[in-house]
Amino acid sequence: MSIENKPITFAILSVVVILIGTFVTMFLPLMLPSTQPVSDYIKPYTAVELEGRDIYIREGCNNCHTQTVRPLRTEVARYGEYSKPEEFAYDRPFLWGSRRIGPDLNRVGGKYPDSWHYVHFKNPQEMFPKSIMPSYAWLAKRKLDTTYSFKKVSVLGYGYTKQEVQKQIEAYKAKVTSPDYPAKQARDAVTPPELRGELTEMDALVAYLQKLGRDVKRLKQRGLTQVAEAATTLKNPYDGNAEAAKEGESIFQGNCAPCHGKDATGGIGPNLRDREWKYGSSDQDLFTTISKGRPGGMPPWQNALGTDKIWKVITYIRSLQEK
Amino acid sequence: MRENGYDYSVVRGFAYSAMFWLIVGLLVGLWLAAEMVMPKLNITPWLTFGRLRVVHTNGLAFGFGLAGIFACTYYMLQRLTRTRIAFPGLAKFHLYLFNIAIALAALSLFAGMNTSKEYAELEWPLDVVVVIMWVIFAINVFATLIKRKEKQMYISLWYIIAMTVTVAVLYIVNNLEVPVNLFKSYSLYAGANDANVEWWYGHNAVGFVFTVPILAMFYYFLPKSTNLPIYSHRLSIISFWSLVFGYLWTGAHHLMLTPLPEWIQTVGIAFSIFLIAPSWGSVVNGYYTLRGRWDLMRSNYLTKFFIFGITFYGLQTVQGPTQGLRTLTAFFHYTDWVIGHVHMGTMGWVTMIISASIYYMFPRIYNKKEIYSIKLANLHFYLILIGQLLYTVTLWIAGIQQGAMWKATNPDGSLTYSFVEVVAAMHPYWIIRLVGGLIYFVGILVFAYNLVMTARKEPETLTEPEPQTV
Repeated sequence: MSIENKPITFAILSVVVILIGTFVTMFLPLMLPSTQPVSDYIKPYTAVELEGRDIYIREGCNNCHTQTVRPLRTEVARYGEYSKPEEFAYDRPFLWGSRRIGPDLNRVGGKYPDSWHYVHFKNPQEMFPKSIMPSYAWLAKRKLDTTYSFKKVSVLGYGYTKQEVQKQIEAYKAKVTSPDYPAKQARDAVTPPELRGELTEMDALVAYLQKLGRDVKRLKQRGLTQVAEAATTLKNPYDGNAEAAKEGESIFQGNCAPCHGKDATGGIGPNLRDREWKYGSSDQDLFTTISKGRPGGMPPWQNALGTDKIWKVITYIRSLQEK
Repeated sequence: MRENGYDYSVVRGFAYSAMFWLIVGLLVGLWLAAEMVMPKLNITPWLTFGRLRVVHTNGLAFGFGLAGIFACTYYMLQRLTRTRIAFPGLAKFHLYLFNIAIALAALSLFAGMNTSKEYAELEWPLDVVVVIMWVIFAINVFATLIKRKEKQMYISLWYIIAMTVTVAVLYIVNNLEVPVNLFKSYSLYAGANDANVEWWYGHNAVGFVFTVPILAMFYYFLPKSTNLPIYSHRLSIISFWSLVFGYLWTGAHHLMLTPLPEWIQTVGIAFSIFLIAPSWGSVVNGYYTLRGRWDLMRSNYLTKFFIFGITFYGLQTVQGPTQGLRTLTAFFHYTDWVIGHVHMGTMGWVTMIISASIYYMFPRIYNKKEIYSIKLANLHFYLILIGQLLYTVTLWIAGIQQGAMWKATNPDGSLTYSFVEVVAAMHPYWIIRLVGGLIYFVGILVFAYNLVMTARKEPETLTEPEPQTV
């Protein structure tokens, strides 16, 4: 082993050896969009929520609280819908954490009213005598510093203008300082009189916590279970595209033909060439039929095929009708 | 010192730095353990658990761990090359810069300036200082290696080279961030990508700070203190390359069942299992070195530090890959079990090996025949052994109960325990953990006393022969 006598060669060889695993498991995923997908449905943080997030980071909340619900039965029962990769597209840094001294917070947004958080931050043991969380009452005694708010959202590329940032801050301030704010009593109990008309650090932290998981909860309210469903476009992007129709044909043969027939003239399922549509004939109707399924035998295909392939199948079906 | 031309002043400086940061880091750890049983101890913002935990991990991993590594590296580097350190002035600067950086790191973390990425919490200006410090260290390592008088590079030097280059790559890539101002920055990566980069770094920080340089010490100081040659050079070569190759693939076992793509998780599991082989290559090499001479466990006070240390390493390197399997991680992850796992590695393996290495070096760098008191060294050994086992085994049991309670369901499928009920159930375990930590801390105080008294002993003529390699 002559390299035992050549320190520089040895160092170079070591670097090459460590870079192999690094490339496959770290650099390569960075270049694949599937590692961190982006969905229209997940919105970036507002300037105030982001300030709250920075306080969360400053106080090291991530040392006791995770922000990933794993796809396990009891975990979903305890915290809610399991975490999806799309949700974290605006998280720089990520805050998944590694230890649950306290509970997971990825679905805490909207779980409790704002007043719950003010009372809890003031003195966690008052709500839960056995809790070991520190009191964070002092966060309400500190005025929120928004000097860098615009610079922060700019660095993160959230795309807000300076006016929008100002408006977000003013709007949230108006909300929490209003006499009609539902959490007014709880907020006043922890906020000193001279700061009740201002935004405090606790206000921002509450705003941040209330954002966690809310986009996904809103999806559920619309009856959608998958983030992918929300990404559905209303228009067929492949309309009249012969190549897409060809791809659609092979998808059709692999998935639809067993019921609708190899030539799409029907079988277990109805004929697709005859221009008779039970559930509407627009592109959007067809899309809904395929993605969500219909009573009486048509299963939902959204999770199995995804938006892109469904549009290609529709393009293929349309091409049959024109003949 | 002068007679063999070695420069030990920087070794002494780093050894004392290690002692100092070890005591500080453990005090912070004790305070944290106490906060978990008495939340009222979160007295001021800078003493809250969230801020303090980061001071504990950074103070011990980098304050104590790196100082111990630097002390031993500057010693081994000179002895194994039979060469005085290439730039003694630069090494001294390294010592000062290191301690300034750690002090500033502690202060900034107390103040809440942190990036939140585990073991990479320092804000960007301190990252720059750390990189400069590392370059200075690397220059001395390679310059000394190039002008060495001993042709063959012993295995410990391999591990030192691997650490020097890999830590640089890891630290720079994971800490790429965009500054907002002097005290605040955002990671260059988002969401799942950021998580993947972070745990590629986090796991390999364990690999190339808590494993590779500690193995360098093990391979040098065990044969030195027992006068037995290492059992198999070939086995150490195979272990070295497969360890260095395999480690970088495994970061994702920290991210099991998260939104990270499943293939990355699966690759992480596969290579974690693979890593058991090279890890145990070193364990077996250590045990077989003592073949026929196990009496040294009783007659030579340092031997038991090394053998118990490598045993804890062996246990860790089986426990780690096993608990990373999807089925087991579903149960153990996020519980106290993992805290027990980490502390057997740090309180058992890392601290025992660094302690023993410093015991070995101290009489030599101070021109004394032997340390102040072997009796006290034995007391130190048993205290840290008992303290550590009490700590780790208690938290394993706690973790099992915690995981089971989180998952317990009623016949109708609803959850049996609320979160805070599980917290309350952990209380007795956390008290025992605090006691274990206290016993451990007393052991470390004995260690510190023993070292100071060794340095203060009347000068004796060094009987050591000419410098030699293993």
